Amino acid sequence: MAKAPTKTPADIAELSFEKALAELEEIVAKLESGQAALEESIKLYERGAALKAHCETTLKSAQEKIEKIVVDGDGKPKTEKADFE
Amino acid sequence: MSEKNIGNLREYTVSELSGAVKRTIEDTFGLVRVKGELGRVTRAASGHVYLDLKDEKAVISGVMWKGMAARLAIKPEQGMEVVATGRMSTFPGQSRYQLIIDSLEPAGVGALMALFEERKKKLAAEGLFAPERKRPLPFLPKVIGVVTSPSGAVIRDILHRLRERFPRHVIVWPTLVQGRGAEEKIVEAIRGFNALRPGGDIPRPDVLIVARGGGSLEDLWCFNEEMVARAAAASEIPLISAVGHETDTTLIDYASDKRAPTPTAAAEFAVPVRAELLAEVLNKERRFTGAVTRMFETRRSALVSAARGLGRPEDILGAATQRLDRASDRLRSGLRGRLDTALTALARASGRLTPGLLAAGFGQREHKIGVLWSRIETRTERIVADRGSRLQASARMLAAVSYESVLERGFALVRAKDGTLLRRAGDAAEGAGGEIQFADGVRAVHFDGAAPSKSPKSPAKSASQKETPKPDEAGKPRQPRLFD
Repeated sequence: MAKAPTKTPADIAELSFEKALAELEEIVAKLESGQAALEESIKLYERGAALKAHCETTLKSAQEKIEKIVVDGDGKPKTEKADFE
Repeated sequence: MSEKNIGNLREYTVSELSGAVKRTIEDTFGLVRVKGELGRVTRAASGHVYLDLKDEKAVISGVMWKGMAARLAIKPEQGMEVVATGRMSTFPGQSRYQLIIDSLEPAGVGALMALFEERKKKLAAEGLFAPERKRPLPFLPKVIGVVTSPSGAVIRDILHRLRERFPRHVIVWPTLVQGRGAEEKIVEAIRGFNALRPGGDIPRPDVLIVARGGGSLEDLWCFNEEMVARAAAASEIPLISAVGHETDTTLIDYASDKRAPTPTAAAEFAVPVRAELLAEVLNKERRFTGAVTRMFETRRSALVSAARGLGRPEDILGAATQRLDRASDRLRSGLRGRLDTALTALARASGRLTPGLLAAGFGQREHKIGVLWSRIETRTERIVADRGSRLQASARMLAAVSYESVLERGFALVRAKDGTLLRRAGDAAEGAGGEIQFADGVRAVHFDGAAPSKSPKSPAKSASQKETPKPDEAGKPRQPRLFD
């Protein structure tokens, strides 16, 4: 039952993590209230699964990258890898 | 004073005396510390700073050479209580003396705090610290810009805490965080990050952290500079300030979107905890999966109990089936009864319907028809015979009056070439062709001589009309009698 749909709708892919999480919360609340019609609740479920997958993807993409700015002779900033340890 | 004494006095030139005073002053006041309030402060185009030090009764002019002025931690401002360190010197060209200042520092914490309060009041009056200016921090920034010293614990603390919570892309803009020129570097870094455009070579940070570790009020002073506070307020990228320890508050803390008590706390404000979010997402998923499952369960059991309420189909149909059965029974018996009645009636009627009844009538009618028939035959024969003889007589009469029989008697018909009958001499033009029909054939003719003129012809015509009955008298007068 927890299988995510194979493809994420385009509008969800655009959502920020925060918005996706907020919408997921809304869907959960709606489903838990039991107010939604059966047909609608299936749609809600599918959307919820897509939102959850999107949130997870965002959370998984947590990768550290540390750079520092170096201003060149023309006053133009560049970045280079940095280690502050 | 005696004249002798006067005579012994050494006579100086102006320059000699001026030089002597200069030496005396410089020797005596080669290194002095003087406390006073700053009067007029002028920064010349050359970079030298001219100022007056004063108290209630006296004023001493001072100058700070360019190199020294640039190294000042705190910018001199009028009204500031300061302690100046330097040496006294003279300016022989104008008979003036001045303090050549090597260093200038605020006269104690009280003075600095007074200055801080004054600036704070001024910037607050401009609305720089207004709550409505504060932008919310992004929930989960992709890129974090950090403005701080590249050396020291601060950057390490920030990176460490970020890594713990939610590893991100961090771009550090190294700056000075204290001493001369630090405020310019800090402003440059804040503006530099804001100047990065989304999609450029360097990713534009979603949030900025301006941080510095703890230190004395003087150490932190650059974060109280107006230009730093203004740059922080003007930053389009939400900015977290984290300067000094929890108890230290600098102007940038008022101007920033969020004040963090420490650099570590700034990292905590910048990103959420990834593990918590993962747990939250999983929890939500469990909840909505559970909700859907429960929903199906509820509907299923509702369906089952509803179905139970419906009852068995036989129960509902039973009564109706019985009624139908009874009705069809009655229908059958009713039909049979009706048929029986009809059959009885038929039998009764057909019993009265015998051939004898008909036969009696038939004999009389046959005889009557025979009599009538013979009368019709007799009458018909008579009529046929009578009409036949009258037909023969008519045929004879018809033959007698036909023009062919007239031709037999020697008359002829004159026709024009087109076959029209020529009844009058004038009907044919002179030289016209025609034909004459005799009883046995037709001959072509040619009319010579002129046709009679019209006027003499008219009376002739009327004459001939009067005479017309004559030739007709042969047959026509008899015709009416023929058909009598």
